[in-house]
Amino acid sequence: MEAGKTKVISVLVENKPGVLYEVSNLFRRRNFNIESITVGASEQKDVARMTITVNEDERTIIQVVKQVAKLIDVHEVKELERGNLVMRELALIKVNSPNSKERSDIINTVEVFRGRVLDVSTDSLTVEITGTPDKIDAFLNLMKASGVIELARTGITALARGAKSVRIDE
Amino acid sequence: MTKMSGAKALLESLERQNVKVIFGILGGAILPVYDALCCDTKIRHILARHEQCAAHEAEGYARASGRVGVCMATSGPGATNLVTGIANAYMDSSPIVALTGQVPSSGINSSYVIGRDAFQEADIIGITTPITKYNFQPRTVGEIPTVVNTAFYIASTGRPGPVLVDLPKNVQAETGDVVITDKIEAKGYKSMVEIDLTKISEAAHLLMKAHKPMILSGGGVIISNASDELMQISDLLMAPVATTFMGKGSFPECHPLSVGSIGMHGNPAANRLMSEADVLLAVGTRLSDRATANLDSFAPNAKKIHIDIDEAEIGKNIQVDVGIVGDAQAALKLLLPALASKLRKDESNAWTKRVKEAKEQLSPLLKERPKDLVPKALLLELRKLLPENAIVTTEVGQNQMWSALYFQALKPRTFISSGGLGTMGFGFPASLGAKVACPERTVVDIAGDGSFIMTEQELACSVAEKIPVTVIVLNNSVLGMVAQWQRMIYNGRYMAVKLGKTPDFVKLAEAYGAQGLRVTSIEEFQKAVKTALKSDVTTVIDVPIGSEEDVQPFVPPGCGLPQQRGDY
Repeated sequence: MEAGKTKVISVLVENKPGVLYEVSNLFRRRNFNIESITVGASEQKDVARMTITVNEDERTIIQVVKQVAKLIDVHEVKELERGNLVMRELALIKVNSPNSKERSDIINTVEVFRGRVLDVSTDSLTVEITGTPDKIDAFLNLMKASGVIELARTGITALARGAKSVRIDE
Repeated sequence: MTKMSGAKALLESLERQNVKVIFGILGGAILPVYDALCCDTKIRHILARHEQCAAHEAEGYARASGRVGVCMATSGPGATNLVTGIANAYMDSSPIVALTGQVPSSGINSSYVIGRDAFQEADIIGITTPITKYNFQPRTVGEIPTVVNTAFYIASTGRPGPVLVDLPKNVQAETGDVVITDKIEAKGYKSMVEIDLTKISEAAHLLMKAHKPMILSGGGVIISNASDELMQISDLLMAPVATTFMGKGSFPECHPLSVGSIGMHGNPAANRLMSEADVLLAVGTRLSDRATANLDSFAPNAKKIHIDIDEAEIGKNIQVDVGIVGDAQAALKLLLPALASKLRKDESNAWTKRVKEAKEQLSPLLKERPKDLVPKALLLELRKLLPENAIVTTEVGQNQMWSALYFQALKPRTFISSGGLGTMGFGFPASLGAKVACPERTVVDIAGDGSFIMTEQELACSVAEKIPVTVIVLNNSVLGMVAQWQRMIYNGRYMAVKLGKTPDFVKLAEAYGAQGLRVTSIEEFQKAVKTALKSDVTTVIDVPIGSEEDVQPFVPPGCGLPQQRGDY
């Protein structure tokens, strides 16, 4: 993630068909740009957690949060405070590795990044890197020379640190 | 638990919601519901002649009565024809529930099911998601009562708006176990927020210190029935009250403190005073671009207090000093004692004199009105001819802005117009809905010839269903408002605005079995309106006017309210 204006919003929604459309459509209609969006199960049954990153100014973010909060299927929405959150992104990267010299160089780099090699073939390596978006960017930068064949990034998922949870109030 | 069809469960649930009338048009995918309407229901069905009109009729009904309006259509084109009406209700925060038929959600050995591009299939859930508060597609008969209850609850509470219920045909037709209940299921929905009392005292503090307080009253004041509270506060503060276009009627425009509506075609007194005020109390308004004009010169000298039930409206368009989230009436009820305990009414201050003066500057212009049949004279005359509680709807364009400027609304829910979406053709079907809601009252649609043609086929509905209203067609044979813009901003290069030989509206009315009258003088106009008000069929009064008549005054695009040009 760029150090710039990117903000992370955590949204708890009803886990049912159409909700992703409702939320993403709201962003489109209100002219807010989504940088990344991840959706998956939350700690509660029938509730999914969306993590949305947005590159907008503070006033717009306040609007985003208020507009998302209005959606009937949204239980809770909060901007996660910068510096008070943990965030991770996972990337799967297939890299060119035509010979054993290059392969071992890449494997060394993967180890430095605490990544994992998932698949090896005669001329490519597929690796997994997990971390902040900056870390993944840095790894990708180092792979430029070898050549990235395929890349899949999940987008950011995040939680607030410590007691500052985004939960449904019982 | 009882065994019944989905259609029957729907009608019983609607009756439980106190639905008296549905405006609709049937078709293949909604036939089971119409079949159930045949027998044992007290609900009246009014056959619209176009689904768009059914939605506008439901909205007219809702806005005149304060109750939820209901419209119904079949799948596919029936549903998509509702879209303009639903979007209109969404923009103007009107509570309507739209029921649509849908192709079956399942079927054995058939491709007549959702997702297969079946005959008359349209993804109305996807289409209406951005223009409804919520929409439902029940997949089992048993869900229907809760879906209906929740739809009505969401439509009518908080900031009201349209809700759509899409009913797959098999769900209407199948028999299932049904419990008719009052159950509501909307877990993430917060209809009411507790008002922050510290904000109330901050607002009271600002208002008490104000030398030039001003109130801006929006449509939310009408929706929450807050007119009395608003008047008490204005009276206590001796604050002039301007309304937004949607707020017209929330404060009696004959009141000494009323300065009319603000905006692009606002009342000059309202627009002028807005720039002079030192504290502005804006209630139930989203401060739209047409109301505020250029944001930099909107009430530039005023500390701003904004009350709205929709938290997202606070700070959306205008940065405010105090934002109060809550129901307008509830908030004003809290604000009133906070002010009354510390404030003594002062009628002799300089601001009161200034308000009077700003209003008096306009009155000669109103007195020396022309004897000709011009919109201003006609609308001033119309006010005198109509009872105080008559309901007026308008179309969109010049007819609408002239009505805003010159026709005084005296009571809430008596001025119904398409404010946010600006839908030409809204006024006539809305007038029919209003008349159905309030059959004992006079209902008049102020129309232009361009707008009226868009939904004129509802004359058939009005005659067949015996819903008599009066339509006054300000007939200038031109799409007047855009023509005015082409005249003023595009150096008079007219393109696609001249309507040529418009239909003979008298004959048109007669062809539908309605009454048609044409007038060429104020005296004839008076006579025609009196005839129309006594008629038991709808009357269309054709009023030929000049095709180059402008709506004045006018705030040019990009300018602020103080840069208003032209005479009142």
